[in-house]
Amino acid sequence: MFSPDNNSPIYLQIAEKIKSDIVSGELSPGARLPSVRDLALKLKVNPNTVQKALAELEMRGLLFTERTNGKFVTHDTGLIISIKNDYAKNIAESFLSSMEKLGFSNDEAINYLSNLGGEKN
Amino acid sequence: MKAIEIKNLSKSFGKKKVLNDISLSIDRGRIVGLLGKNGMGKSTLIKIINDLLTPDSGEVLVYGKSVGVESKLRISYLPERCALDKGMTVKKVIKFYSDFYGNFDSSKAMKLLHDLDLDAEQKISKMSKGMQEKLQLALVLSREADIYILDEPLGGVDPATRDYILDTILSNFKEGATVIISTHIISDIERILDNVVFIHKGEIILTSDTDELRSSENASIDEIFRRTFRC
Repeated sequence: MFSPDNNSPIYLQIAEKIKSDIVSGELSPGARLPSVRDLALKLKVNPNTVQKALAELEMRGLLFTERTNGKFVTHDTGLIISIKNDYAKNIAESFLSSMEKLGFSNDEAINYLSNLGGEKN
Repeated sequence: MKAIEIKNLSKSFGKKKVLNDISLSIDRGRIVGLLGKNGMGKSTLIKIINDLLTPDSGEVLVYGKSVGVESKLRISYLPERCALDKGMTVKKVIKFYSDFYGNFDSSKAMKLLHDLDLDAEQKISKMSKGMQEKLQLALVLSREADIYILDEPLGGVDPATRDYILDTILSNFKEGATVIISTHIISDIERILDNVVFIHKGEIILTSDTDELRSSENASIDEIFRRTFRC
């Protein structure tokens, strides 16, 4: 289970975790989030910290509040896909840069990856 | 209005200056860690806030008013040392608390004792130090207070029980209440703190939002504390 560590801002770690759950589909569009207090107890952190994480996500449009019902995941699938693409881009770039350090050119790295795909199948 | 406002507070014991011109304000609804090594003035400051010691100069305001009868009702205080009559049974202590404090919730206390695995019929003198600490914490959290001040709530308990005690604090303090926790055991507790106050040799040397400090120093509060106070 997810548990934030003490080495970086905890509210950012919680926001990042919820964001990645939204992108991966673990939290689907329109899904209702647990209450702040429940999340705080589950994550063993202060309710204010959870509140701050949710506010951050709401500001970026990933969550919305229904006045009396709590917080929900956005229905904006376009936004979710664009964040997913950002993640994919980061992973791909970091792969290419690591391969470059090993002496692979971009083409060689891509070639390596497609061969690996072939082995897996 | 702030929950607590401390203005230019000083206190000496004989020639020893224990608090030196301390000023600090604490917002409502925050969980604040008062962090410092042993003997740096944490407990003295807490006792002054609780009106158990008189400062040499300066003042403490609780909800805008000088400390006294009213602030004692607002504040639920866990002292560093066990202040209970050891000859009493747990049940008797609960009766005593509910007679003494109008805002004491006996049924909540019974529930907490059950959760913490404490026997209501047992005499306090027969309990281990850890059990006594758990009992005191249960009593303190069973008051419907605006401010909870916990002086070293984790001192005598093992790491597994520490987690349990932190959970108990998180799930039981009244919503919107302010919590002040003094400790030198930081790693276990820092994840529940909104703000930290570093106290050293009677002076406040740092106050910060916890996550902002982690971000600017790129380290845990425990690590920052160790760096700051390396012997």
